[in-house]
Amino acid sequence: MDKMINLKINGRDVTVKAGTTILDAARQIAVKIPTLCWHPDLDPWASCGICVVKINGSSKMLRACTAAVEEGMSVITHDTEIVEVRKTVIELILSAHPNDCLACPRNLECELQVLAAEFGIREMAYPAIKRNLPQDVSTTSLVLNPEKCVLCSRCAKVCQDVQGVWALEFLSRGENTRVAPAADVSLNDSPCIKCGQCSAHCPVGAIYEKSEEHVVWNALRKPDAYPVVQIAPAVRVAIGEAFGLPAGTVETGKLYAALRQLGFKAVFDTNFGADLTIMEEGSEFIDRFVNKNGPLPLITSCCPAWVDYLEKFYCDMIPYFSTAKSPQAMVGALSKTYYAQKMGIKPDEIFMVSIMPCTAKKFEISRSREMSSSGQKDIDVSLTTREISRMIKSAGINFNSLPNEECDSILGEYTGAGTIFGATGGVMEAALRTVYHLLTKKELDNVNFTDVRGLDGVKEATIDVSGTQVRVAVAHGMAHIAEVLEKVKAAVAEGKETPYHFVEVMACRGGCIGGGGQPYGANDEIRKARAAGIYKDDEMSKKRCSHQNPHIQKVYEEFLEKPLSKKAHDLLHTGYTARPEYRW
Amino acid sequence: MKYKNYILICAGTACESSKADEIYRNLMKELDAHKLLNETQVLKTGCFGFCEKGPIVKVLPDESFYVHVKPEDAKELVEEHIIKGRRVNRLLYNKPCEETNVAKKLDSIGFYQKQVRVVLRNCGFIDPEVIDEYIARDGYAALEKVLFEMSADDIINELKTSGLRGRGGAGFPTWRKGMFTKDAQNEEKFVVCNADEGDPGAYMDRSILEGDPHSVLEAMTIAGKTIGANRGYIYIRAEYPLAIHRLEVAIKQAKEFGLLGENILNSGFNFDIEIRLGAGAFVCGEETALLASLEGRRGMPVPRPPFPAVKGLWGKPTLINNVESYANIPAILTKGGNWFAQFGTESSKGTKVFALTGKITNSGLIEVPMGITLREIIYEIGGGIPNGKKFKAVQTGGPSGGMITADYLDTPIDFDNLIKLGSMMGSGGMIVMDEDDCVVDVSKFYLEFTVDESCGKCSPCRIGGRQLMNYLEKITNGEGTDEDIRKMRLIGHAMQMASLCALGQTAPNPIISTLAYFEDEYMAHIHDRKCPAGKCQKLIRYFINEKCIGCTLCAKKCPVDGCIKGEKKQVHVINQEACIKCGECERVCKFKAVVKI
Repeated sequence: MDKMINLKINGRDVTVKAGTTILDAARQIAVKIPTLCWHPDLDPWASCGICVVKINGSSKMLRACTAAVEEGMSVITHDTEIVEVRKTVIELILSAHPNDCLACPRNLECELQVLAAEFGIREMAYPAIKRNLPQDVSTTSLVLNPEKCVLCSRCAKVCQDVQGVWALEFLSRGENTRVAPAADVSLNDSPCIKCGQCSAHCPVGAIYEKSEEHVVWNALRKPDAYPVVQIAPAVRVAIGEAFGLPAGTVETGKLYAALRQLGFKAVFDTNFGADLTIMEEGSEFIDRFVNKNGPLPLITSCCPAWVDYLEKFYCDMIPYFSTAKSPQAMVGALSKTYYAQKMGIKPDEIFMVSIMPCTAKKFEISRSREMSSSGQKDIDVSLTTREISRMIKSAGINFNSLPNEECDSILGEYTGAGTIFGATGGVMEAALRTVYHLLTKKELDNVNFTDVRGLDGVKEATIDVSGTQVRVAVAHGMAHIAEVLEKVKAAVAEGKETPYHFVEVMACRGGCIGGGGQPYGANDEIRKARAAGIYKDDEMSKKRCSHQNPHIQKVYEEFLEKPLSKKAHDLLHTGYTARPEYRW
Repeated sequence: MKYKNYILICAGTACESSKADEIYRNLMKELDAHKLLNETQVLKTGCFGFCEKGPIVKVLPDESFYVHVKPEDAKELVEEHIIKGRRVNRLLYNKPCEETNVAKKLDSIGFYQKQVRVVLRNCGFIDPEVIDEYIARDGYAALEKVLFEMSADDIINELKTSGLRGRGGAGFPTWRKGMFTKDAQNEEKFVVCNADEGDPGAYMDRSILEGDPHSVLEAMTIAGKTIGANRGYIYIRAEYPLAIHRLEVAIKQAKEFGLLGENILNSGFNFDIEIRLGAGAFVCGEETALLASLEGRRGMPVPRPPFPAVKGLWGKPTLINNVESYANIPAILTKGGNWFAQFGTESSKGTKVFALTGKITNSGLIEVPMGITLREIIYEIGGGIPNGKKFKAVQTGGPSGGMITADYLDTPIDFDNLIKLGSMMGSGGMIVMDEDDCVVDVSKFYLEFTVDESCGKCSPCRIGGRQLMNYLEKITNGEGTDEDIRKMRLIGHAMQMASLCALGQTAPNPIISTLAYFEDEYMAHIHDRKCPAGKCQKLIRYFINEKCIGCTLCAKKCPVDGCIKGEKKQVHVINQEACIKCGECERVCKFKAVVKI
């Protein structure tokens, strides 16, 4: 049993586990201590200096985010002096921060702005310190504006500790300190995998998605264009947050309606692409597992940040990668081939927009020549959940009062297997549902593989498929993947049986529901709520296995012939190349 | 004595840079020419402390103390003193009494009279590059005692009896730190020596390492034995090449003698020491930043607790002390804690080394018992303020400290009294200021330093320091307001309370302490647009009065063309717009006709 510690916070008795910080202990009794650099996903860095408290009558102040509780401790979280010190620190931070909230991408969603409001800041107390640092706009996905940076370290810590990428680091010292890739190369020449977790963790507007709303607006007004759109699994359970709804509210129907109101002529669902991915990837697995056509484990490839990571950090493992494109890319390719033919529209008139929870998807759509398998860019623009919610708001669409609509057919209808792609373990679970069928020609009684669900960084399971043991691993939060891959490499080096047959990887914690393009403020509580929405959507689906999707069957019949066919290969599969971590 | 005469040459960094090495070579050449090398030994020692008078050459056994020696004096020293036995009076610090022709001995020199040398016991007496000399002066006796006669608890008790407190700044009891690290449960522990001395004007640790490196190695080995560590690291800044060289030599010799490395003195105890070079960031003197840097990471502090004693280098319990703290330990263990505790005050035992600099006659390195007054240090040891100027204040504790004014000259100096006066012990820098020093300007100097040396991690220090600096600039430019003072106090308080490490917490101290003692001087800058000390260039004006006889010298010397105008034999006039306030006209005028207002 955990050792418990008794202390007083503002005179109230509190009992918490040993090792708890004062900040967490205070939260347990709903006492709020303001913070800026602290984030629940990250080890405290203790740089902002706002969470100071007093203990045991000492006149000195301690940081609540790092100081651990002690038996008999008496904590004061606010008095005139503490509030004055906090306010001065906030005013100092404001003095080194551009005063242009109205034109800031984080306007109304900025944690510093909230602090300024809560502390009743009515004037800029100290003269502005300008640094005139250039922006880094080198990647397809992100904009780094060091001028706005408050050096809270969250971006660097999530990049280093959670993602294991180390694209961002502190450069220079003292007042010249700034966040940038090591050796001051541009983000695009750095190991950055464009996952966007930096942007999701930034409290201010210092690093954010590269906005392409204007490109979409322009496409929507072209008379000869045929704008179509697809929405990713994880978007439907998070978009409600942008309109004041609780995390995890499934808003697929309203989102379809909103997109039509914006002017899209057809609304597709990436979940359809997910079902198709399972058909391709599942067949690929059977080919390797049963026919020994290629190495095991088969590693999933639907996460573009993960693809980028593997090409940079583990390029020797490229042969293990599934060649199946991501669901987004499959829908993109089919929209300008199959759909265009079927509807009699010229492919070059179709303007394909994808709505993704992800900033790396912006990178994926042009990452290799296979992304133009239709003869032109399969996807024209990829928008994040944050961008589409701004478009809906700027159109004046009252999202919450929209009717639920259906998606367009074909490239729309999906099964529960397609929707769970949005959460960690979902691709694996969806694959297992279909792999079982492909191996046994039978249907599962219980389609739920709960072992691969949840927020543990690495999840392992052995699935009995009619006597055949399938060993799987699921990793999310990029830093966790090393553990899995090193095990595989060690087994290969020692000539041993592979530890896994099938590995699923998603770069972001929680999977796409925790993606770098999702509404701000994600933490594990919100991730769990979003995941719960995903699994609810799955459970409510009439069909829950990809191979049962009649529309998928139809696409194969009418167009693709069968999984892994020549045509499927041309349109639905891709290749990988080794890339350097740094380009000089 | 093996030799008839010993010539000791100070080979600290200061004397080395004034050609001590050349003096050494010339003396050797002269002695060789006279075939005297078998009866006279020449030694390069560590710092004598009396840096003001360097290079210093001391001749034993008669303790002649030669100052400001030049390489060309070697011939005379050998021919007169060594061969003929006649002192070279012109080079002696204490000119001999005319009647008796007897020169005063070293301990009767004012500079040394009040000093007690515990830490610097060997500095200036031994050749730091010869381990035998250290051993001859009881070196490594404490280690032997510790290895064979004392338990870890005995060692800690002896340190407790001694009352030694950390000499790095905060004054935490050394024995407690040792006990915490000893009690921490872990298979691997480390001993670290903080030799990242960085206060402006401070060179205590450097001098110890240059003059007596084995004392630190011995103490670290003892520390290893005490806490159960087998590896030690000395983190020293790369700007200290001489100290690094002497440490390297010392480590090599100690290993050859079986005093370091495997199975020390056949006791079965292993301890090894490595030198790690720092790149000179001031913040790396903060222990958590130092450990980060030692691990190869960016030198940025992390909050304590956890303290290094629990979670230090590579997450392992680590005992980290500064150079001077370590150098005390062998002496304490040889002579006993009670011996050490006889020096000093109730709360601060022993001695403290200070680097005495600034407006002082005898600048140099001094070691004094705790409890000595500033008056004794400044007037008796330091010889007072030069040029008949008036004492204004002394800054202790470097950029983290504060100023102490004439009113407090008789306060006994120890850790607690300095804190009470709004300053601190710090590592032992002591900068004396006279009436020509402007406190606003001095505060600006320190703030410039801390702003430059801030690691940039925490916002109160990073931004607060810059804002304070800007206000000080505004005030010294004659543009300050009362509101600026109010804001400086607010920022200063926030920095003290909310900065992550001592660098930021203490960075506003120079301002806060000068505001406490010299508020009127700030007010003069703000309300009268005047710098009473005549230091702040933007606030001073040079005028030529009626004493001017029109000699034209000032106009000729003025570096600005056409700034000073006037006909020969007519009163000259300075063009205030053009004047750059260099003061050259005032210096060259023989008639005191140029006045500074």
